[in-house]
Amino acid sequence: MDLFEYQGKQYFAQFGISVSPGGVADTVDEAVAAAEQAGYPVVVKAQVKVGGRGKAGGIKLADNAEEVRLHAGNILGMDIKGHVVRRLWVEHSSDIAKEYYASFTLDRPNKCHLGMLSKEGGVEIEVVAEENPDAIAKISIDPIVGLTLEAATAWVAAANLDEEAREQAAQLLVKLYTCYVEGDCDLAEINPLILTTDGKVHALDAKVTLDDNASFRHPEWVDFAWGETEDVREQMAKEKGLNYIGLDGTVGIIANGAGLAMSTLDVVNQVGGSAANFLDIGGGASPDVMAAALEVINSDPKVKAIFVNIFGGITKVDDVANGILEALRRVSIAAPIVLRLDGTNAAEGRALLQPHLNDQLIAEPTMLDAARRAVALAGK
Amino acid sequence: MSIFVDENTKVIVQGLTGGQGRFHGLRNRDYGTKVVAGTSPSKAGTDVDGVPIYANMAEAVAATGATASFVVVPPAGACAAIMEAAQAGIEFIVCITEGIPAQDEALTYARLVQEFPGTRLLGPNCPGIISPGKCNIGITSGDIALPGGPVGIVSRSGTLTYQALYELSSQGIGQTTCVGIGGDPVPGTNFIDCLEAFQADPETKAIMMIGEIGGSEEERAAQYIADYVTKPVVSYVAGVTAPPGRKMGHAGAIISGSQGTAQAKMDALRAAGVTIALNPTEAGNAMIEVVKNLK
Repeated sequence: MDLFEYQGKQYFAQFGISVSPGGVADTVDEAVAAAEQAGYPVVVKAQVKVGGRGKAGGIKLADNAEEVRLHAGNILGMDIKGHVVRRLWVEHSSDIAKEYYASFTLDRPNKCHLGMLSKEGGVEIEVVAEENPDAIAKISIDPIVGLTLEAATAWVAAANLDEEAREQAAQLLVKLYTCYVEGDCDLAEINPLILTTDGKVHALDAKVTLDDNASFRHPEWVDFAWGETEDVREQMAKEKGLNYIGLDGTVGIIANGAGLAMSTLDVVNQVGGSAANFLDIGGGASPDVMAAALEVINSDPKVKAIFVNIFGGITKVDDVANGILEALRRVSIAAPIVLRLDGTNAAEGRALLQPHLNDQLIAEPTMLDAARRAVALAGK
Repeated sequence: MSIFVDENTKVIVQGLTGGQGRFHGLRNRDYGTKVVAGTSPSKAGTDVDGVPIYANMAEAVAATGATASFVVVPPAGACAAIMEAAQAGIEFIVCITEGIPAQDEALTYARLVQEFPGTRLLGPNCPGIISPGKCNIGITSGDIALPGGPVGIVSRSGTLTYQALYELSSQGIGQTTCVGIGGDPVPGTNFIDCLEAFQADPETKAIMMIGEIGGSEEERAAQYIADYVTKPVVSYVAGVTAPPGRKMGHAGAIISGSQGTAQAKMDALRAAGVTIALNPTEAGNAMIEVVKNLK
């Protein structure tokens, strides 16, 4: 789960990382109240999970209540790369002397943690990596040892941060690493990490991705659920516990297993169609799961055909067939359904469905045949 | 021959007394795998359909001489189970558990490498390993695999592994071993480990490798193939149409920036001389051609 900037800053603060004082606002009046609380001058910042907010006009300075009203009014409701701004973060403006970059993430090839630190912050780190790779000081961190203050001190020197920032930066990096590990982050990034004109180091932005697999030990994460997805289909799927990602095409996809679901998208694309979604129903597709999956897909008005692609492993195809029949009794599905069923008990499953096949429920022998049929139906 | 396991491999199921453990553990035994014990701290001294239950791995290993274990334990306890197996001297651990936090995986992997370099972990979040007719540890349905080789399969995805087995078996082409390495960010065993083992196995004559978006393991595998693998390799990489920044089901299947796209992986593999298929059926057909031209 990606956090909004304000959530990331709240999370940082829990680990003792210094951030600017500020507050959230969903209305113009709330923005003014937050500004009064934080103290002028303030920065009014759009809360969207996409980069390039500043260029889009989603970050503005304000010296008084009148300016806060003006900017908050403009930014709320603004569309930034398809993300509508529904919430603002209003914080006390910092006097910036220097902008740095710091992050921790998993170094997958080397199976350890990777810290990246640069004295050239405030711009996208990918750009720095491209244009001036030497400006990024990387360290590999053994998960058993962790990041010690000694290692962090050597690291800030290697990154050539300004002398006056080093001690505070090293301490902050140790805290950020703790946040990354104990806070179960996939990514904990500060860009920019700033040195203020009065010599303070703190996080001016926060980019945090939490590891969904660790939610069982972080009950506090429920507070971050606000505005997690704007896609109504994804919201519905989430409520039903489905692994769903909304896309823009016309062929609704239901498959078991992440790999097969991805592969199904690919095959639909190869035969000239486009997928409306990714949906992995996982192992053991019960009638409830199948019904929920069909309901979510049915709620998408763009879907003109549905491709159900099942390869039974643990999942038995006759159970899937029963699930589909049960689902069809419960839900009225607008688009035709094309089935490809293989694997464990495929013959039994196909036999169960045979009497119910018609021009709304079609069976095809292979994945490719089924994809072609679904794409043809969607194109009509 | 097979890689990592064979007909003599003795297996302890950690979590045999749970619903999933019982189902898959006994299914593996019925396939012919030597499932010699299970563990459960509270049910020691009982048995699951004739398989004796021990209080812990140390006792189970001492009593049976097993060298492999099958971890079917929920995410919160899976890493502790893996470490317990390693401490008991287990050489090959298969963990199918899905949903283990990445921080735990990274720490467990580091501890295994440091403290138990002789132990190999397969997974987590993988379908397991099957050497058709000899040994099946995991959740793969034994009846879609065909004994006798000549193909070795290695895959990051569970259902695509089944699909690959099915495409080959239905054409009468057998497998030496099929390894599902899993879709998590820190897999205990990676493509290169399997490629190395298949290259060294005289009965494996060709290799099918199934990748997916995310990370750079396929690119690294491509380099390894170019440098060390002389056997023909056919590959399929899932997720050509996956959008960037969205996790496609597996924790590891995410395109971040320009990293981890299916196209980049296919290009790297093709450059290493690998035959690239655009879907599982094409991969099956390509492998049938490769096998026809062997010898």
